[in-house]
Amino acid sequence: MQEPALTDDLITAHGLSPDEYASILDIIGREPTFTELGIFSAMWNEHCSYKSSKKWLRTLPTDGPQVICGPGENAGIVDIGDGQAVVFKMESHNHPSYIEPYQGAATGVGGILRDVFTMGARPVAAMNALSFGEPSHPKTKSLVSGVVAGVGGYGNCFGVPTVGGEVRFDPAYNGNCLVNAFAAGLVDADKIFYSAASGVGMPVVYLGAKTGRDGVGGATMASAEFDDTIEEKRPTVQVGDPFTEKRLMEATLELMETGAVISIQDMGAAGLTCSAVEMGDKGGLGIKLKLDDVPQREENMTAYEMMLSESQERMLMVLKPELEDAARAVFEKWDLDFAIVGKTIAEDRFLIEHQGRVMADLPLSKLSSTAPEYDRPWEPTPQADDLTDVPQIDPIDGLRALISDPSYASKEWVYEQYDTQVMADTVRTPGLGAGIIRVHGTDKSLAFTSDVTPRYVVANPVEGGKQAVAEAYRNLTATGATPLATTDNLNFGNPEKPSIMGQFVGAIQGIGEAVAALDMPIVSGNVSLYNETDGAAILPTPTIGAVGLISSADDMIGGVVRDGHAALVVGDTIGHLGRSALLSVVFNRDEGDAPAVDLDAEKRNGDFIRANAQWITACTDLSDGGLALAAFEMAEAAGVGIILDADDTPTLFGEDQARYLVACSLDKAEELMIAAAQAGVPITSVGRFTGDMVKMGTTSAPLAELSDLYRSSFAAAVV
Amino acid sequence: MRAAVIVFPGSNCDRDMAVALRAVGADVTMVWHKDADLPDGVDLVAVPGGFSFGDYLRCGAIAAQSAVTKALVRHVERGGYALGVCNGFQVLTEAQILPGALLMNAGLKYVCKTSPLRVETSESIFTQGYNAGSEIAIPIAHHEGNYTVDDDTLSRLKGDDRVAFRYLENPNGATDDIAGVLSENRRVLGMMPHPERAADPALGNADGAAFFRGIAEALVAA
Repeated sequence: MQEPALTDDLITAHGLSPDEYASILDIIGREPTFTELGIFSAMWNEHCSYKSSKKWLRTLPTDGPQVICGPGENAGIVDIGDGQAVVFKMESHNHPSYIEPYQGAATGVGGILRDVFTMGARPVAAMNALSFGEPSHPKTKSLVSGVVAGVGGYGNCFGVPTVGGEVRFDPAYNGNCLVNAFAAGLVDADKIFYSAASGVGMPVVYLGAKTGRDGVGGATMASAEFDDTIEEKRPTVQVGDPFTEKRLMEATLELMETGAVISIQDMGAAGLTCSAVEMGDKGGLGIKLKLDDVPQREENMTAYEMMLSESQERMLMVLKPELEDAARAVFEKWDLDFAIVGKTIAEDRFLIEHQGRVMADLPLSKLSSTAPEYDRPWEPTPQADDLTDVPQIDPIDGLRALISDPSYASKEWVYEQYDTQVMADTVRTPGLGAGIIRVHGTDKSLAFTSDVTPRYVVANPVEGGKQAVAEAYRNLTATGATPLATTDNLNFGNPEKPSIMGQFVGAIQGIGEAVAALDMPIVSGNVSLYNETDGAAILPTPTIGAVGLISSADDMIGGVVRDGHAALVVGDTIGHLGRSALLSVVFNRDEGDAPAVDLDAEKRNGDFIRANAQWITACTDLSDGGLALAAFEMAEAAGVGIILDADDTPTLFGEDQARYLVACSLDKAEELMIAAAQAGVPITSVGRFTGDMVKMGTTSAPLAELSDLYRSSFAAAVV
Repeated sequence: MRAAVIVFPGSNCDRDMAVALRAVGADVTMVWHKDADLPDGVDLVAVPGGFSFGDYLRCGAIAAQSAVTKALVRHVERGGYALGVCNGFQVLTEAQILPGALLMNAGLKYVCKTSPLRVETSESIFTQGYNAGSEIAIPIAHHEGNYTVDDDTLSRLKGDDRVAFRYLENPNGATDDIAGVLSENRRVLGMMPHPERAADPALGNADGAAFFRGIAEALVAA
């Protein structure tokens, strides 16, 4: 088939700037073929090359004694003792999910699961952080139902428990929803698989599902803003098949047991191109592919289409040739394709043959190493104005307003559509802080959380970045866990705008400072830019996914309070209402600065909670909605009333950081106060869990009535 | 007790079932769906939850045609014990080992939560660990759990005391709140809730532990 001639329009349509095209000409010393142009565009788009963000990502702390593998592989790996490790990453699927919510979200889940099992780990937990536009926007309801069904449809069938996540609504996401999918798996530390190829003349094997035309150009689509042509982009969204993925995982893990795998890489964004280049580049080798041997499910596919297809549930592997038969038998058992499609070569070439013709012949190492890198101009976000007076409100009215808002109401409608208990190791299902799973066959557990407060980040990217990490730290701490490490999923607008780039730079600075201070290095992550529609950007949303270790069941702190228990707040309460949930929901004001984050106080208070876990019946961090919302949620989960002594708005609804709400018996409360005094940790008695009323100051309402409101508001608003 | 857990492509509660059976002392063999025979001397065959063959066509329909399911039918015809949970229940109805069918949930959505149940009979190895009438909480997780039978079959099931569990808060529209049914000889149980997810106190709910203890006590000599 004749390939089209390259025109300026065609080059632009591939997302390549004139400068970038000029450097392609420079690198190869001739005009590229159409297939080669596609390969460059796949490797050099923002999604795959991180060309706008790389400079700043390098500043993030990624090391620590617990880190086995930091960023750069399919997922990060952290030691959890006893020769075991946890493998995890979070990744966005924003653009596809807005275009086609079910498949976009489903394949987001599929992609992140593949990243985890590609490294030899069996996925054991998933989370999802979702951001949608305002409930009244005409697209919101269909996006919510489609995305939630897609996440559930894929994860439930695959068989991984979803143990946590976030769902928020804000008009800033009207034109761009965010779907950030997290997965974690367990692996023996001596059985980890990496992507670097080794050995010359080794067979390159294609595994899994067949290649079709779906997703061609997906990574380039995900690196552009949206406009009114968005419906035309639907064919660039991939279609997921969780049943094939489940078989692919079982077959891959079984294959790894045979010892036949030299290196392995999943086919994600930019499919065959990205995975082959990655394996060759990391191993310092060239790769030769014969596309005629690629399993195909559509007829007359061109080299261009095969190299850029993002068909799902596929892997590329470099195989020990002497074990080919054993490897093939595993894939035949699971009824999956297994085809030798090429080999490693000594020369630095990426050589693509199809129907007896050379369709691409490029210097492989140059494809990633010479990818453009930009130092984009940026301007710091201006200092936010001081918050002017906020009127006092009736605390029960304030609470009612918050729990009627879908961002703060119970997310039961969402997580009941996810299998939260498959694998029979779930200790804590979603709905109450961090999710917890037991490490199968041991007394250890892992806690998982996903956090960010975009209201804060837009006002103050540095403090907002810190806060996202601090909240994750607290959510893990509240289970008794020691935070281990972090994955960051950085969702921003168009980086070519200095104000947006300024948000990015600020958030990275804040995240970096916080992960260093709290010893939770970044081990994996993903950047999603160009989340804009017709020039309007999302709120800056650097989602932090974090994992903590609970070394034994004795160290775990429960979430369920008992009648008669004292309510104590650990940490200082000042009453910061700037950018608070209350200010936004009740007064419709996005004003003031984000709360300041004192990382020393975070560390000190977190260590205090862990050290005194044995006194504590239940613990939760204070964040959105402050003391009032946290106390209500804790009471509601246990079906026990709460009496809070305070009645002033800043004390009840302020969002000061480094705070926890702790419940314990009255005599344990005394022990805890003494221990706090010795540790120099502020602690205040704020009330009691008892009865069947929610009482704040002089106002009250029946718990049952508020509970109904809390549990029905999400569906009432967005279903 | 010798137990077999069937593994179809897409089964995802097979390990969980094996763990729960081993915890009460069973000698468990995992059996691949392409196997035409069950291991010799198997007392109990468990068909686990999951999405066998992706739930394509109809939940359990393709699995019901598997080689191993034919062996399961022979095992049941010989009077062997069998348990189908969730997708396993769907397979048992598709294979016509148990009556009725599992339709899509009345709410048209997948539902995962802990569901209160009433144990309706203690007259089976699966329910002998409970008193009839006792209330337990067991997790459910399904999209097609709406148990449907015709009126004649329903009255026969009720008349023969073959309803093993009923939902106290019907989550899926099941006929007569039925969560689990027994075969005529009471040796085969199909149920949508997952007792294997509630068998270990470390997970916070051990209401399913008596289910497996009862099986073990009945089959320990076998």
